[in-house]
Amino acid sequence: MKKLGFIVNPVAGMGGRVGLKGSDGAEILKLARELGAKPEAPGRALEALKIISGLKDKIEIITYPHEMGQEECREAGFEPRVIGAIESGRTTPEDTMEAARLMAAEKVDLILFAGGDGTARNIYNAVGERVPTLGIPAGVKIHSGVYAVNPKGAGQVCAMFLDGKLLNIREAEVMDIDEDAFREGVVTAKLYGYLRVPEERRYVQSVKSGGVLAEKEALVSIVSEVVDQMTENPETYFIIGPGTTTRNIMTDLKLQNTLLGVDVVKGKKLVANDVAEARIWELIQGQPAKIVVTIIGGQGHVFGRGNQQLSPRIIREVGKSNIVIIATKEKLTSLQGRPLLVDTGDEELNDELSGYLRVTTGYGDYVMYQVGYN
Amino acid sequence: MSKERVVYPYVPNSVPEIKAEMMKEVGVTDIMELYEEIPEHLKYKQRLNLPEPLVDEYSVRRHVEGLLNKNKNCSEYTSFLGAGCARHFVPAVCDEINGRGEFLTAYVGESWADHGKWQSLFEYASLIGELLDMDVTSCPVYDGYQAAASALRMAGRVNGRKEVLLPESIDPDMLKVIRNYLGGAPNPILDIVMVGLDKKTGLMDLKELKAKLSAKTAAVFIENPTYLGYFETQAEEIGKMAKAAGADFVVSCDPISLGVVAPPAQYGATIACGDFHPLGIHMQCGGGQGGFIATHDDMKYIAEFKDLMFGLTETVKEGEWGFGEVLFDRTSYGSREKGKEFTGTTTGLWAVTAAVYLSLMGPKGMAEVGQTIMQRSQYAAAKISQLKGVELAFPKNPFFKEFVVDFTMTGKTVAEINKGLLEYKIFGGKDLSSPGSDKAQRALFCVTEATTQEDIDKLVYALASVIR
Amino acid sequence: MGMDKNTLLRKFHQARWDEEIIFELSVPGERGILVPRAEPGVVAEVGDGLAALPKSLKRKKPPALPEVNQMKVNRHYMRLSQETLGTDVNIDISQGTCTMKYSPKVQEHLVARHPGITEIHPLQDEDTLQGILEMYYKFEQFLKEISGLDYFSMQPGGGAHGVFTNASIIRAYHASRGDRKRDEIITTMFSHPCDAATPFTAGYKVITLMPDENGYPDLRAMKAALSERTAGIFITNPEDTGIYNPRIEEYVNAAHEVGALCSYDQANANGMLGIARAREAGFDLCHFNVHKTFSSPHGCMGPAMGAQGVRAVLKDFLPVPRVEYDGKRYYLNYNLPHSIGKTRSFYGNAPIVVRAYAWIMQHGAEGLREVAECSVLNNNYMEKKLRAIPGVVVWYAEGKRRLEQVRYSWEKLQQDTGVGTGDVMRRMADYGIQHYWTSHHPWVVPEPFTLEPCESYSKADIDEYCAVLAQVSKEAYEDPEFVKNAPYNLPVHNVPAPEINEPERIAVTWRQYQKKKAAKKG
Repeated sequence: MKKLGFIVNPVAGMGGRVGLKGSDGAEILKLARELGAKPEAPGRALEALKIISGLKDKIEIITYPHEMGQEECREAGFEPRVIGAIESGRTTPEDTMEAARLMAAEKVDLILFAGGDGTARNIYNAVGERVPTLGIPAGVKIHSGVYAVNPKGAGQVCAMFLDGKLLNIREAEVMDIDEDAFREGVVTAKLYGYLRVPEERRYVQSVKSGGVLAEKEALVSIVSEVVDQMTENPETYFIIGPGTTTRNIMTDLKLQNTLLGVDVVKGKKLVANDVAEARIWELIQGQPAKIVVTIIGGQGHVFGRGNQQLSPRIIREVGKSNIVIIATKEKLTSLQGRPLLVDTGDEELNDELSGYLRVTTGYGDYVMYQVGYN
Repeated sequence: MSKERVVYPYVPNSVPEIKAEMMKEVGVTDIMELYEEIPEHLKYKQRLNLPEPLVDEYSVRRHVEGLLNKNKNCSEYTSFLGAGCARHFVPAVCDEINGRGEFLTAYVGESWADHGKWQSLFEYASLIGELLDMDVTSCPVYDGYQAAASALRMAGRVNGRKEVLLPESIDPDMLKVIRNYLGGAPNPILDIVMVGLDKKTGLMDLKELKAKLSAKTAAVFIENPTYLGYFETQAEEIGKMAKAAGADFVVSCDPISLGVVAPPAQYGATIACGDFHPLGIHMQCGGGQGGFIATHDDMKYIAEFKDLMFGLTETVKEGEWGFGEVLFDRTSYGSREKGKEFTGTTTGLWAVTAAVYLSLMGPKGMAEVGQTIMQRSQYAAAKISQLKGVELAFPKNPFFKEFVVDFTMTGKTVAEINKGLLEYKIFGGKDLSSPGSDKAQRALFCVTEATTQEDIDKLVYALASVIR
Repeated sequence: MGMDKNTLLRKFHQARWDEEIIFELSVPGERGILVPRAEPGVVAEVGDGLAALPKSLKRKKPPALPEVNQMKVNRHYMRLSQETLGTDVNIDISQGTCTMKYSPKVQEHLVARHPGITEIHPLQDEDTLQGILEMYYKFEQFLKEISGLDYFSMQPGGGAHGVFTNASIIRAYHASRGDRKRDEIITTMFSHPCDAATPFTAGYKVITLMPDENGYPDLRAMKAALSERTAGIFITNPEDTGIYNPRIEEYVNAAHEVGALCSYDQANANGMLGIARAREAGFDLCHFNVHKTFSSPHGCMGPAMGAQGVRAVLKDFLPVPRVEYDGKRYYLNYNLPHSIGKTRSFYGNAPIVVRAYAWIMQHGAEGLREVAECSVLNNNYMEKKLRAIPGVVVWYAEGKRRLEQVRYSWEKLQQDTGVGTGDVMRRMADYGIQHYWTSHHPWVVPEPFTLEPCESYSKADIDEYCAVLAQVSKEAYEDPEFVKNAPYNLPVHNVPAPEINEPERIAVTWRQYQKKKAAKKG
């Protein structure tokens, strides 16, 4: 019998309706309530649960008390097992984290949660990539890729997963949004971590399409290309940016990798892990260097969403022609024609980097893609 | 321009009323409005300069039959031609099945819509696997030459090396295909090194092979039987040498021999390939070719096949089985994903035909046909070499269905001899002679189960007359 | 009688034979066919013939082929043919870009039954092959006229093979000029994958262009990608979306400016016959899928032909032999010193030349024009009907005319009902229509399906086809689960895990399957 962990962050999304961005922090929450904000998440969560209610005799639902899951489960017709304790009406991020930790200890097959970017970060802090998770979107504009498109979609994927139907498990980005800055209208999102999220196969294999690499194979193929470049340029420093796509390079070379940080490699040997900007600058002075980056965040950022260590002066020193952008064709296609974005913090540099750049999509395989709007 | 618009039987909407109705529906008065996206200067304004059509079926049939009748064919002439294509017997059931409209016109339907097609192709793979004594093969390729070329690139992917060793006796046309296929931009994908022949035996010079084998060798390749018809009797030894050097052993064989002759798997081949046109397919001027590549059940090799592989699997209904595409995570087993070659439409209908052929023949049929071929070809070789001035080029070498005849001592060229044989309604063996009348005059004769003793005796009689 | 005249739906059920695998039909001792045996005179001369085989080359164990009587073999494969939805038995508008047109039976009978094609050997004395050589030569002249290019080869064994041959010629061309810098090819996302895969096989790096907001390949991206390293560009026009790119010359000119050659993938030529040609658009090379546009049947995926053509400047690189005419007789010319050599044995799939020749002879200039116009009219007629079906979206080129095919999307259907293109595909076959083809990967257009109602299909055929899709859409809105669990009326049900990913499950031959089954038990 499959076990589903179910968590609702009841205060997620409360800011949105009353014109506030985010509802992190007790102060903002208080303000939102005063402005008449009502909880959004419970309704969304219920919507998703209704989709899987047909499975109620086949699965065990483990949830948190009252408005953190228990109420929604009851309303959807489930008889959940309730664990943990909360102060009803005064739930906190710590409650979310504890809930996820306890459920992981219960060895649930999936944690289904309703919330926003903050909730995603809480879940990540609690369980990392140990348990598959799936988000029901309930927040204001969400940057993390761990959420389904809508509650119905979340319910459908969850149902398929629990029903044993074949699904992909992909690593989805959890983004760190500076909520205060966000409220000022400034988006500074940063890669925070990765959660494992089931995803429905939306690609139907077809006999006629033969000869095209599947995404996994494409990733290995990309790695081959980069490693070949390393072989051909043994004296060049390769600055490897964060992300799961770039991580494959380090794994292939059997080198220690920092998923969220920048690593430096030369002659296929590790020079430094998780380096700060200053150290990178020191290393590459007057030396041949290449930057290897991938696409971070749903908007297609190549610089500025988690690799701020790659500062404008470093990018200039390395030179535009030595920037290697790696991504699969599938990933590029998902951008639906929007250009890749560079947000280095230096407007002039952003302009210089704009135009068309080669994205490495496989071994000897590239796509000429637009960078920046112009 | 014809005055009356023709209604074409193959273009139903050329009926003027229907066409008009559809144009109205679509909202155009002039059909060229549908082409408005093409700039005027790119439109072809003239009338295509093609012959006046024969629009009625009788006339076109008569016309084409007239052209086909200009050809002399191998049911009215006796053919001793081989060199990659040979006349073998085609069972009626083979023609019956590949004439079925469903098979003839199927294409890329999935396994649940074209279950019959996929089962037939699975059976082709299974049957040819038994013949080759190997567990794994893919959908077919264009012909045996392509199979050899792809098998070599496959070996390169499996072991990561860059050089292939080919025998100098290799079919020159196969070599052309391989050279083009192994080329690169600008550096070749794989380097080709030729290995010479022992002057006395015509077999691969093993000393030279040893010298040329190295840590760079991706594969040693042989044809068995060779292009010149005789067996490479050192095959087992060559296989051992290749293995010792860490190279793959790629062998191109003749599937119709495998009822009596050992399949390459038996003497150490890691990859077997060849052309399966002898298995129930008409020659069709070289249009009946089809290539196969096979390996043992080893993930290292399975990961490197470039073509579709369909495997037996279960459907959603318990106990029911169907077919699914083998698209496993090749990255775990394969070479770093430097890309396979390309795939596409190849020779599916012939694979189905080969399946029917092998089903009809069974083990006994394959043993019998192999033996008959060997007996008749040996008989032909013996009788021909009894003619004055005529010798076998490789008298000591055992062969399957082809052998080289040397006519130098007759004083006549093969070209002259073959012209003379035409008078007797015989196609003589392929002329292997290099240009220049001072060169040795040799021809490659092919004898199959479709050649009777009577045919052979007639050939001998004709030759005797022609070389006098 | 027959299908419902109002709904245009059929109560179709495919034959379901529950047929065994041929090996399971084996009865020890049964014979399917007897084989000619050596005559006594032969035996007297050479004995059993096998003594000549050295021990290491004697087959040790007979092959484990099944032993089945002839009637059963015939019945078995007849049944399997009934479980196959060939174009002959259904309205095969479904396989977009495949141009599933009617292969006239008069042609089929000629190539299958006339010994003047079935029983000829390609190496026969040329005087005895004048008929087939004439057809090769004349067919080449037809293709020259249709494309405007100067020389053609019928050697390649398929469309992808034709493109590969073009890549080989481009490679040889630059090499002959001593230019070793050019190691890149540019192609587009909506071209066939072979436009990337075959140059890659030929050793090139491949740069792909994404479509712009109108669905055309991004021209600015192309200009940014072109350099002195570009050997050539491989482009299809119209692309698989059916949209003709009116600025095609700009792409060709931009490529020529850097010294690159331009190869035109004309797999989608059906709507263009006599309307527009490769030459005027500036292309240096092209290829046709002769088994698509020129009527050969698709044969369970082959045999096929990718006739490839070049401008005069590239003639020297063509594969050998070429069929030529000296005014009196046709002959094979093997003497092209700069030839790339060969890409296939002999001179290609001769029966396909016979069919294509006959087909063009039946149609002539006006007929080809009619073919093109009707295929484009059919497509536009169908597009209008499909746009009216709930759930269908058509991407790109709003308000513009498409040529012979359209890439549609069930995106809206998927959002509204959860039923996607893979589900519709399986349900439509329940009504006796071969499922459609979606798109090449990656899917730029979501939930895609690509349809090509070529000239062989009548208005009534198109109406029936649209009625089926409308019906499936209706079913999706009313009962999505029902559609998702299709098919119901076919030989087998859906295969849930069509991709066999785990080594333990790989069984591509019966013997491999048996071994794995035994291993599981043991």
